[in-house]
Amino acid sequence: MDLSSAFSTIVAELPAIFSMTVVGLVGLVLIVVDAYRNDHPAIPWLGAAALAAASVWEVTQLGAPADTVFFETLRTGGFVAFINLIVLLTGLATTLLSIPYLNQLRHDYGEVYALILYATVGMIMLGSSNNMISIFLGLETMSVCLYVLTGLIREDEGAVESALKYFLLGAFSTGFFLYGIALMYGATGTMVLPEMAAADLATTSTQLLFWGGFALFLVGFFFKVSAAPFHMWTPDVYQGAPTPLTGYMSTATKAAAFAALILVLVHAVPGGEWQLVLAAVAVLTMVMGNVMALAQTNVKRLLAYSSIAHAGYVLVGLAAGTQAGYAGALFYLLVYAVMNIGAFGVMALLEWDGKEGREQTLSSLAGIADRRPILGTTMGVFMFSLIGFPPLGGFAGKYFVFAPAVEAGLTWLVVIGVLMSALSAYYYLRVVYVFWMQSAAEVEATNPVTEAAFPPATRMAMGTLVVCAVALVVLGIFFGGVLETTAGFFEASAMAAAP
Amino acid sequence: MNIPYLTSLVIFLPAFGALLTLFLRRATAIRWTALATTTATFVLSIGLFTGYDPTVSTAQAPQLVDIWAEWLPEAFDVKYFVGIDGLSLLLVMLTTLLGPIVVLSSWTYIQEKQKGYYALLLLLQTGITGVFTSFDLFLFYIFFELTLIPMYFIIGIWGGKERIYAAVKFVIYTLVGSLLMLVGILYLGYAAGEAVNSGIFTTDWYTLLEYNVPLATQGWLFAVFAFSFAIKVPLFPVHTWLPDAHVQAPTGGSVILAGVLLKMGTYGLLRFCLPFFPNVAQSYAGLFAVIAVIGIIYGALVARVQDDAKSLVAYSSISHLGFVVLGLFAFTPEAMQGAVIQMINHGLSTGALFLLVGMLYERRHTRMMDDYGGLATAVPILTTFMIISVLASAGLPGLNGFVGEFLILLGAFQSTVIDSPVLIAFATTGVILAAVYLLHMVYRTFFGELTEAANAQMADLNAREFGLMVPLIVLMFVLGFYPTPFLQQTAPTTDFLLETVEEKRMAIEAQANDEPTTAETPRKVPSAPLEAEEVSIDLPDETP
Repeated sequence: MDLSSAFSTIVAELPAIFSMTVVGLVGLVLIVVDAYRNDHPAIPWLGAAALAAASVWEVTQLGAPADTVFFETLRTGGFVAFINLIVLLTGLATTLLSIPYLNQLRHDYGEVYALILYATVGMIMLGSSNNMISIFLGLETMSVCLYVLTGLIREDEGAVESALKYFLLGAFSTGFFLYGIALMYGATGTMVLPEMAAADLATTSTQLLFWGGFALFLVGFFFKVSAAPFHMWTPDVYQGAPTPLTGYMSTATKAAAFAALILVLVHAVPGGEWQLVLAAVAVLTMVMGNVMALAQTNVKRLLAYSSIAHAGYVLVGLAAGTQAGYAGALFYLLVYAVMNIGAFGVMALLEWDGKEGREQTLSSLAGIADRRPILGTTMGVFMFSLIGFPPLGGFAGKYFVFAPAVEAGLTWLVVIGVLMSALSAYYYLRVVYVFWMQSAAEVEATNPVTEAAFPPATRMAMGTLVVCAVALVVLGIFFGGVLETTAGFFEASAMAAAP
Repeated sequence: MNIPYLTSLVIFLPAFGALLTLFLRRATAIRWTALATTTATFVLSIGLFTGYDPTVSTAQAPQLVDIWAEWLPEAFDVKYFVGIDGLSLLLVMLTTLLGPIVVLSSWTYIQEKQKGYYALLLLLQTGITGVFTSFDLFLFYIFFELTLIPMYFIIGIWGGKERIYAAVKFVIYTLVGSLLMLVGILYLGYAAGEAVNSGIFTTDWYTLLEYNVPLATQGWLFAVFAFSFAIKVPLFPVHTWLPDAHVQAPTGGSVILAGVLLKMGTYGLLRFCLPFFPNVAQSYAGLFAVIAVIGIIYGALVARVQDDAKSLVAYSSISHLGFVVLGLFAFTPEAMQGAVIQMINHGLSTGALFLLVGMLYERRHTRMMDDYGGLATAVPILTTFMIISVLASAGLPGLNGFVGEFLILLGAFQSTVIDSPVLIAFATTGVILAAVYLLHMVYRTFFGELTEAANAQMADLNAREFGLMVPLIVLMFVLGFYPTPFLQQTAPTTDFLLETVEEKRMAIEAQANDEPTTAETPRKVPSAPLEAEEVSIDLPDETP
């Protein structure tokens, strides 16, 4: 590498990472604006505009061929654009949902929206990594922002507790992660993913070093995507964090982390030796998530366990280890982002200041759909999609992670997957029937919510939820095009990044 | 009459109507929209009846086909592929006929949240029609599952006291079965793609038909498919969701449930299980016959001891659908035709019974037979309709029920696959038992002393109720006296299915005998038909 020309190369390649640049710079601008005009109401809209602009740009990049920039540090092309699109749109939805929510809680600080943008930058870097260092950088940028956002509601002990828990455990897992990277570097002498695959692991000791490192690396990842048995933090953190941001954490983080994991699996360890490990983790994750969710009465905790379960379904696609499996996993991440951001969004708009704090238990929501039909209907769509009912996106998603697994000979894994899906129907349906079928009069003893307690929902927030619900119907019927796009990322010609 | 995309139109017009109702405010407007949509759909479906030509062989393709092959990426040979053959024709007609009838029957019964009710009802009709017209397994699955969501809400929101329990039970039972079937579909799609579709995953019904499933995998594939459909029918050990769902559902929901939704199970057995897995289907035919007969007798006996009229009709469904399953697994042309026609008959007569019980409930808000008695003098028209429906249901010659049950029993006696006249003799007692419990209900409800004042003042059918009953009653007589035109429409398809089953069975057996060493796992499935009693391990229907 000729360092004298490095700077000009970097400047020349900046347009290739348009989203990261724009979102990052606007994030800095927001902080400056906030410094002079504290908590100015225009700040969130500026952030939303940046995210929207970046999303539009990513749409144009979906067909681009795979390439690398910045001395093989970052990747560009269709795969990256797809993941970025998920992350950016999730960020946009989160911003729009946060505005009325944080306003109601009187925590509508300008920094919040800047932090959302920074976290998004981290996720974009994570999902476009071609290098272990950039994976680590992205992961940490994202995580640090999320630690802060989790503890946003400072006077709430639960929120502070969950932020601390998240931070300590997150730091711990980062240790595993970093150590794993170090060992893999020791074995191969490189940080670049494709070069790791090409490295000569001739002796037993280098093999041991490499695979040991990879195992530690996986532990770090499993923590971030809350796969069992590294999922313990998830329910507490999700419960304590401000609800729209929980939605953000549960979707965008997973999308970016899974994207990086796919990149590593495809480019650095393409052998497929890890199929059974991934399958085992998938089983454990699906079982833990779904079984634990059965017993929950707090909707946020229920959704937290459900998000663990859904990480398991994505892992089924990865365990297949085929082109179709990865394509299905990507599609699943998109669908999952839409339905989960929606579900948390509905819950955010239904929070109130009641005796039991700002959260909702199932019984306090009895018959809520009668008073809030739009929230009730969209929640119904999200729940049925999470179960995996056709013709909603959740079904198509499950279908295209399970199908490649069957093709790859993992029929047993899919059988467990579908049985767990059937089990999950029980708790998702519970949400639906509490919303729609119980009446407030029937559960009077538990003090259902009165109308006055609701925060006012802005048209923008309601519109976001309706768009999510409609998107799920569309994704559930016309998924062919999206699936074709994701499959295209993994075709042999597109896989080989330019040197 | 030559309308383009007629089949798709019949499927999706109700869904369009559902969308339309969402934008209406006044309840009256919503009801009329629902009625107009379902009536228009029925009129269109007459075009299917006249447009379908049974003399053209269905061996190659169904008729009135709509295909959209570009639905999924090329890596999947999955199509939007709908059409009509002799098997689907009558069931589609029944669905579209019940559409306006159900809307009319709910006219005053449903008072709350009418928008949601009619929208879901219309959506449900789209799902059911789609199930009966899909010639692609993936598409079939989507429609099959689509029916669950509206039914869940219809039971859960407008149902009785225990509605939530019943609704959740209904969904979970069906879902367990259908999700396992999904694994089977995936496996079959890849295996068939490998064998007969140049390596491309396929769910096209005709392509799958070309694939001879090896004996080694036929067993478990048949198990997951049959399990899913057995829950839907419902067959004996997995039937427990049905009485709950029926009793709790509002009248309209019960009519749809009994009239057409349950037929999705028997239809699935006939459309997929028998032709795809012929060897195992025949090996286990004896077992299914036994289960069916247990269902016939058990359903009838339990129906006899009910105090709740609706519950009685629900159990009678279990009994009657036992006949259908018996007919399917007899593997004779008569029995199979009887099974198809019996599906229609049961839809008509049980639908009518649910409607009449619902009308009683709407007047007196009780379904207990003890609360009635002597109604014949107060409501003569209702009584007449009830007696006709009961006799049709009990299989009186001259009414529709007789035709189906007679053909089934006749075919089952001749069946070499079941080959057990004793068993069929037991099944025949079901006909007698049906007369016992149904006439007993009529006696308790409509005859005897008119004791209660409320019953004496009960109003007879109004014009709306009369109008919605007439088509059903007329069809009972038509099918009873002159079933030939209907049988003619189905016969070529059932014959084709039976031939296919036999051909494929022989081919697979020959294949297995030719190269017995290539099978990777030892064959668990006996290659020749056996008596049912010998096979009892890893059965799909033993436990839910």
